[in-house]
Amino acid sequence: MKRFFLFAMTFILMFVVMTVGVFPQEKPTTLTFWTFQESHNKFLQDAVTTWNAANPDRQIKLEGTVYPYEDMHNNLLISLQSGKGAPDLADIEISMYANYLKGTTPALVPLNDIIEPIKDKLIMGRFDSYAKDGKYYGIDYHVGATVMYYNTDILDKAGVSIDDIKTIADYVEAGKKVVAKTGIPFTVVEVTEHWTFYQEMIKAGSDIFAKNGDVILDNQTNIDILQALSDWVNKDKIAVACPGGFTHSEEYWAFMNDGGAASLEMPFWYLNRFTDHMPDLKGKITVAPAPSWTEGGARSAGMGGTGTSITVQCKNQELAKDFLAAAKLSREGCIKTYTVLGFDPLRWDVWDAPEITAPNQFTDYFENGTDLFNVLLEVKDEINPTVITDIYPAAINLLKANATFKAVKEQSATPEAVLKQIADELRAMK
Amino acid sequence: MGFNRVSIKVKIKKIYSVINSVEVVPYIFVLPFIITFLVFFLYPIISSVIMSFQNIAGFRDVTFVGWKNYRNLLNPHYYSALKVSFLYTFLTIAILIPFPLILAALLNNKLLRGRNIFRSSLFMPALTSVIVAGMFFRFAFGTQPTALFNQIIGFFGLGPITWLQGRSTGMLALVVLCVWRWTGVNIVYFLAGLQGIPQELYESADIDGANSLQKFFNITIPSLKPVIIFVTTISVFGGFSMFAESFAYWTSRSPGDIGLTLVAYIYQTGFNNNNFGFASAIGITLLIIIMMVNVLQLNLFGFFKKD
Repeated sequence: MKRFFLFAMTFILMFVVMTVGVFPQEKPTTLTFWTFQESHNKFLQDAVTTWNAANPDRQIKLEGTVYPYEDMHNNLLISLQSGKGAPDLADIEISMYANYLKGTTPALVPLNDIIEPIKDKLIMGRFDSYAKDGKYYGIDYHVGATVMYYNTDILDKAGVSIDDIKTIADYVEAGKKVVAKTGIPFTVVEVTEHWTFYQEMIKAGSDIFAKNGDVILDNQTNIDILQALSDWVNKDKIAVACPGGFTHSEEYWAFMNDGGAASLEMPFWYLNRFTDHMPDLKGKITVAPAPSWTEGGARSAGMGGTGTSITVQCKNQELAKDFLAAAKLSREGCIKTYTVLGFDPLRWDVWDAPEITAPNQFTDYFENGTDLFNVLLEVKDEINPTVITDIYPAAINLLKANATFKAVKEQSATPEAVLKQIADELRAMK
Repeated sequence: MGFNRVSIKVKIKKIYSVINSVEVVPYIFVLPFIITFLVFFLYPIISSVIMSFQNIAGFRDVTFVGWKNYRNLLNPHYYSALKVSFLYTFLTIAILIPFPLILAALLNNKLLRGRNIFRSSLFMPALTSVIVAGMFFRFAFGTQPTALFNQIIGFFGLGPITWLQGRSTGMLALVVLCVWRWTGVNIVYFLAGLQGIPQELYESADIDGANSLQKFFNITIPSLKPVIIFVTTISVFGGFSMFAESFAYWTSRSPGDIGLTLVAYIYQTGFNNNNFGFASAIGITLLIIIMMVNVLQLNLFGFFKKD
């Protein structure tokens, strides 16, 4: 027994001496980070390297774990509810975010003191999505402004010029021309996800919820838009139901890569889907402002996103906050959201920075690759924000499963009936 | 001191003899099961019953709402989840009892060559993960004309189908995946049952001049009754608790609820919409439904009758 005790003591002593010897200065503080996107982890690891070089006395070690989307959100919800086991930092996807703000005291740390000082340089609409009672809880990676991606190869064959497409009416006309000349669909309408319908709704100045939280999904604007989408597919035949159901399916990527459709409206962050999944379209895609519903109307909507938050279980909240600010709100950090991730940075004052126009995979891939941010600057004041409430996750869920699927694909109900049904269900939840 | 030591020894001996007695030992042996049952089954069931009467708004923010969650069950999603779950269970049982039974009878036939290879290869799918198999089938049921099942029907001159976006084809996709995965397992059950049937019965039937079909229906099936009851019971559980297959095809939200099962609905309300009270209420109804179906089915089989 005595011998064992002695042995253990020597071992512990040796360990202490060794660790002191290896880390003569301060030991790096370990921060844990959960995400569902490998690229987000890479981005923050890169930010840690920058941070550690600049802050020798506040070294950080970031332990990032990448889980599948659903797993991560479930684990995080459970660990925050049980008060144990949550990471210091976590990515939360926008359509799930409201789940974490429920109740009187969210289990996340307010980030106002790092956001407010640079408010005038940020696209603030993006921060409202992660806020409650005037407190900001999450920082996104991007603005997510929607733009139109045109396959100019097909447009040229049909003799259609992008410059002539200003409004949705022009867009439909151009579509008819393309279909008549080439037989290729002009675009696709998502039927198992919500992007197509949702972004048109936001662009037209409508939404699921009004600012005060009332459900306005079944208003006339939204009914007309859903009817228009149905007409594109079923009457005018300028669009097809998206192969695979949504624009992140392998079927769609294969279809589009083969020149299956002439255009697609999606957020700016869809850039890297082109470079990653549709290699054959290199040099054929031009990014342009999307058409507006009315003459002079808004041409873009801020779509999707993931907020990085600090949980209340974090023991080094100040350090985590400062790091998060350096990684995602600083000038350098924001530029990296484009150069590393291909996103549109939250700070519009970096959109014309020289680093942004320097050659990279995106400038190589897209026809107007060096001009990408001019497109954004052009629509900067027309990026309509979305309203997010407590029941947002349920709303998005219902939209995905029902709206375009029933009204466009199945045609089992009229746009009015579908939207009324979803809206009533949402009203009952409140 | 010495006295104490002796008395302690006596005490230990006494305790030991109590533990080792015929009255106590059985309880110790079943203790692991009882503990598991209490911790992982009874406690969750009781707490779900309690949660089903609560509105769980967020972190430590709980209010009692009476029967509200149960009243909310009267909505179209719950009905379609019920419909999908019942139909799926019915179809899988309708296929997964007779089909493996016939295959097992064939595999049990000593005249069949290479039956060990067939046995093991039919069992293989059960060893794959549902999600992995689900991914494979998800792409096999893809939209393009080049996807596996579209190629198969293309062979018969039928056009490409968007399998996973239609109500009947979606159900078909679920059933195909289930049959592919579970046929082998059920064959194993039936084979075990078949090997327990005394050979003499068949011999005497031969003497009476019965043909193979008569033997199958009058000897094999009645002798396999306990196995059939067992397989049906676990298939009812399996059918109603199906989730992973639907998740692999459509994640937690299937278009127009075509693949929304009761468990998928629990998942959706609980984890996606963070409404654990309502999710618990669905869970409790699921428990009641499965119990009722099982009791009914066992009754039909005459399981509760004394022989």
